[in-house]
Amino acid sequence: MELVVSLAIGVLTGSGIWLLLRSRTFQVIIGLSLLSYAVNLFIFSTGGLRTGAAAILARGQPGTLGEFTDPVPQALVLTAIVIGFATTALLLVVLLAARGLTGTDQVDGREREG
Amino acid sequence: MPDAFLLAALVGLPFIGAVVAGLLPTGARNAAAGLSGAIALACVALVWTAYPAVSAGEVMRAEFAWMPSLGLNLVLRMDGLAWLFAAMVTGIGALVVLYARYYMSPEDPVPRFFAFLLAFMGSMTGVVVSGNLVQLAFFWELTSLFSFLLIGYWHHTEAARDGARMALTVTATGGLALFAGVLVLGHIVGSYDLDAVLGAGDRIRDHPLYVPALVLVLLGALTKSAQFPFHFWLPHAMAAPTPVSAYLHSATLVKAGVFLMVRLWPVLAGTDAWSLIVGTAGLITLLLGGYVAIFQNDLKGLLAYSTISHLGLITLLLGLNSELALVAAVFHVLNHAAFKASLFMAVGIIDHETGTRDIRRLSGLNRSMPFTARLALVAAAAMAGVPLLNGFLSKEMFFAEALSAEAQLPGLLNLLPFAATVAGVFSVAYALRFIHGAFVGPDPVDLPRQPHEPAAWMRLPVEILVLTCIIVGLLPAATVGPFLAFAVRSVLGEDVPAYSLAVWHGFNLPLLMSLIALAGGVLLYVRLQRRLREGPEGAPLLRRLDARQAFERTMVFLSWRLARRLERLAGTRRLQPQLRLIVGVAIIAGGSAVWLRGFGPGNLMPSSVDPVLALIWMVGGACALGAAWQAKYHRLAALALLGGVGLVVCVTFVWFSAPDLALTQITVEVMTTVLLLLGLRWLPQRSPAPMEVGVLPRARRLRDLGIAVGAGGGLAALSYAVMTRTPPDLLARDFLERAYTEGGGTNVVNVILVDFRGFDTLGEIFVVAAVALTTYALLRRFRPAAESVEIPEQQRELAAASAAGPSIAEGHANGWLIVPSTLVRLLFPVMLVVAVFLLLRGHDLPGGGFSAGMVVAIAILLQYMIGGTTWTEDRLRLRPRRWIGGGLLIAVGTGLAALPFGRPFLTSYFAYADLPILGTLPLASALAFDIGVFALVVGATLLMLTALAHQSVRGHRAAARRPTAAPARAEVLIPAGES
Repeated sequence: MELVVSLAIGVLTGSGIWLLLRSRTFQVIIGLSLLSYAVNLFIFSTGGLRTGAAAILARGQPGTLGEFTDPVPQALVLTAIVIGFATTALLLVVLLAARGLTGTDQVDGREREG
Repeated sequence: MPDAFLLAALVGLPFIGAVVAGLLPTGARNAAAGLSGAIALACVALVWTAYPAVSAGEVMRAEFAWMPSLGLNLVLRMDGLAWLFAAMVTGIGALVVLYARYYMSPEDPVPRFFAFLLAFMGSMTGVVVSGNLVQLAFFWELTSLFSFLLIGYWHHTEAARDGARMALTVTATGGLALFAGVLVLGHIVGSYDLDAVLGAGDRIRDHPLYVPALVLVLLGALTKSAQFPFHFWLPHAMAAPTPVSAYLHSATLVKAGVFLMVRLWPVLAGTDAWSLIVGTAGLITLLLGGYVAIFQNDLKGLLAYSTISHLGLITLLLGLNSELALVAAVFHVLNHAAFKASLFMAVGIIDHETGTRDIRRLSGLNRSMPFTARLALVAAAAMAGVPLLNGFLSKEMFFAEALSAEAQLPGLLNLLPFAATVAGVFSVAYALRFIHGAFVGPDPVDLPRQPHEPAAWMRLPVEILVLTCIIVGLLPAATVGPFLAFAVRSVLGEDVPAYSLAVWHGFNLPLLMSLIALAGGVLLYVRLQRRLREGPEGAPLLRRLDARQAFERTMVFLSWRLARRLERLAGTRRLQPQLRLIVGVAIIAGGSAVWLRGFGPGNLMPSSVDPVLALIWMVGGACALGAAWQAKYHRLAALALLGGVGLVVCVTFVWFSAPDLALTQITVEVMTTVLLLLGLRWLPQRSPAPMEVGVLPRARRLRDLGIAVGAGGGLAALSYAVMTRTPPDLLARDFLERAYTEGGGTNVVNVILVDFRGFDTLGEIFVVAAVALTTYALLRRFRPAAESVEIPEQQRELAAASAAGPSIAEGHANGWLIVPSTLVRLLFPVMLVVAVFLLLRGHDLPGGGFSAGMVVAIAILLQYMIGGTTWTEDRLRLRPRRWIGGGLLIAVGTGLAALPFGRPFLTSYFAYADLPILGTLPLASALAFDIGVFALVVGATLLMLTALAHQSVRGHRAAARRPTAAPARAEVLIPAGES
């Protein structure tokens, strides 16, 4: 199972970085989104992959790591998802504004010469 | 008085006074001067209070904890040497304050001047009483800083600005070197404490790092004391007001370097390296300064070079590695301070009363200002080393040392007596020039002002100093003897060599050298008369040697040419190389970690592969690759594929027991996709052109492909390695144990977010709010590009219909999308109930403010999509900014509510409430916080979406207003602020 998830992270990262290095703004946005999936999964996986473990405590009892999933990476990733959404939106608007201002969607605001 | 209080007051009082003086109104000349005078006198009194203890050989010490963990404490320490320098700094400081009161023009912002002066006095006292080397370096840099401010006091003149900048650059750079040297010394000794360092002399001299430490420390000392080849800043610092020159450039600042060399003499001196560096620098400076001084036409310039020369003399003495020479050096420091400060003040008086300092224009001032002339005469005679004055005594000692020095430099030694005599000749010549040029001769003509005697109070400091010169010169043993004795003892310990402070030592070789110097000086001056009167300014032979120009050229090179060249070489404004660099650095960092530490298998066995998840991820991987493939020409397809990846990620979260993540991921996924969809219309159309791909782009792509594969493979390997190792559980165990008992919730992730790490979440929602507002602000000033999508048929019909009559302006009335729109409207209340449900149960079950907020936002978004912007906004009053503000207020308010109960910010309280129908509900105060988060997420998301949506409404409206323009090419720029 670890193999599948790490391969998945690898594929997402590779696609994301490939797009990140492209010259069109839309490609960069999609690339960043893919990359953030990969990073979120990676952070999530640092807690160990647990199938069928309980996520919610039984009322009145303190939990132990034996029965429950590790909540810390989950809390981190939850925060990261929300922040990632916000920054994607901001990037989108900045790129749209740049496109309106420069007339091109090249990342540097001008077409490459030659 | 306890030592700690005395020493702290001595250093602290001037700084307090500086702050107060700085706050005085600009015109408060007398108040500022009075304050500074009082503070300086108080410091003099404090120094005197310390006299009994210090003269008894005691070392006063006060320690304040600063960084005890690093073994660094604020140590103030006063022994004989520190006392002597402190007395000089505060005593001359008091005289300079009095002098400056009359010197400074009422038009200048005088309180600022006194503020800087006091701050400088404090820093200088700080240098001399520091009992810790790091602290000494700190105060050292403070003196550089305040001397910069004082030299640049008349910042409206270019000379002042340039001089100040040069002084700061040279002395502060030296200070940095000193700091490095101090760190090396501390490394050798294992402590920065001065007592510890002074006790480790042999260890330091035998250490392999001795030479680097020595060179660094001496760089600091020699730059500060204006020694060759760093002497050039001092003449340019003469752009300062004269009281500053009298104080900084004769008595204190430039003596700091000498002080440091004396202070560390027991540790650093006594080696060949020391005498080679210090002795050579001193000798060259002594001769060069004296020679150049003769040819200066500016009185202050003459004094500046003479100061350089005298500092060279002191440095040379220190470089002779002889204890007697050290005594002579300390003695000369005092003598030089007395006569040079009074000479500077006399020049200030001349400048003040006549309006010029040019020797060629001045003459015969003897008649118009007789008192000043006599005072200057005595001081200049002391400088020249005329018998019965203080300068004579230390000069005799210097000659004696020059004859008997025993350094291991035979060549230098044979030269030394001659060099000393020649330096004596020079100093007689420039002293003569000073007196003869300014005071003797016919009455001056054509002066800016009619010369006359200054105010009596302005002359008083000069009188005191000149009197000191005479008394010390006549009765050295009775006056300065005891001070010199305990100062020297504090450096050399008990075995101070025998020395005599008598005026008359009988006929001996040093006296003969003095006589030769006097006669030779007079002769030289007479011979140079014509050249001095008519020749060009500057010393013959050395006029080409302009250190200033070299300095300027170096500065220009460093700050401009080198920087530009480096920028051109290493910098780029293009995004792609920058991103490539970032990714490359990350790959190299990860790779080098693997290279250094190896990459072994983990301790856990990987679990067996579940074919279902493997299949799901095959789809996911394909989606990711497809998105990467299609993002350039088929944006919509890429977006759909991206959504596919998001769903697969979401399924993975569910699979591995993270329901909260899945919930948040899926709602965010919807929002992101819609946002990007909205943005698509402003991107230019692009169709795959079957162009011939050149070699260069192909190579570029191959390289990027390599980087991508490398990064992907690296991260895959890394995550596999992480997953096959036992995860650390320190935090997790703690949170799991305390989530219910202390946080009152069973959903640990939510408890972490709103309770344990509530402060982080608060910061996060502020970020989201800031992003939403930025988006909004950017779009308000946004000039949309031409839309690349045609207005869909429905909307066109709708527009035509609304033009025909308002009654059928509703989207569904036209027969489009009736079933979905009915369903969506019916779903609206249901979704709101779901959102509230998620919000309320969040503390115990998957849900919470984030996902609930997203659900509400999606519910409203659906109305927008089906009904259109106008229709929805006619019916729903959305005020996203109020939601944002309200959310932040609630969240912060919940945090603050803990304060009245005496708990820290964001402490939560919880209880369970049994409500009818709803059952048992957790009622933690964290819920209120979560409501704040919820409101903010709703507001922020809606603000971003509506801002984007309004863009296209604006675009269409503008298109409608210009009927000639094709509707799909709405290239009208809307004035900002509309919509």
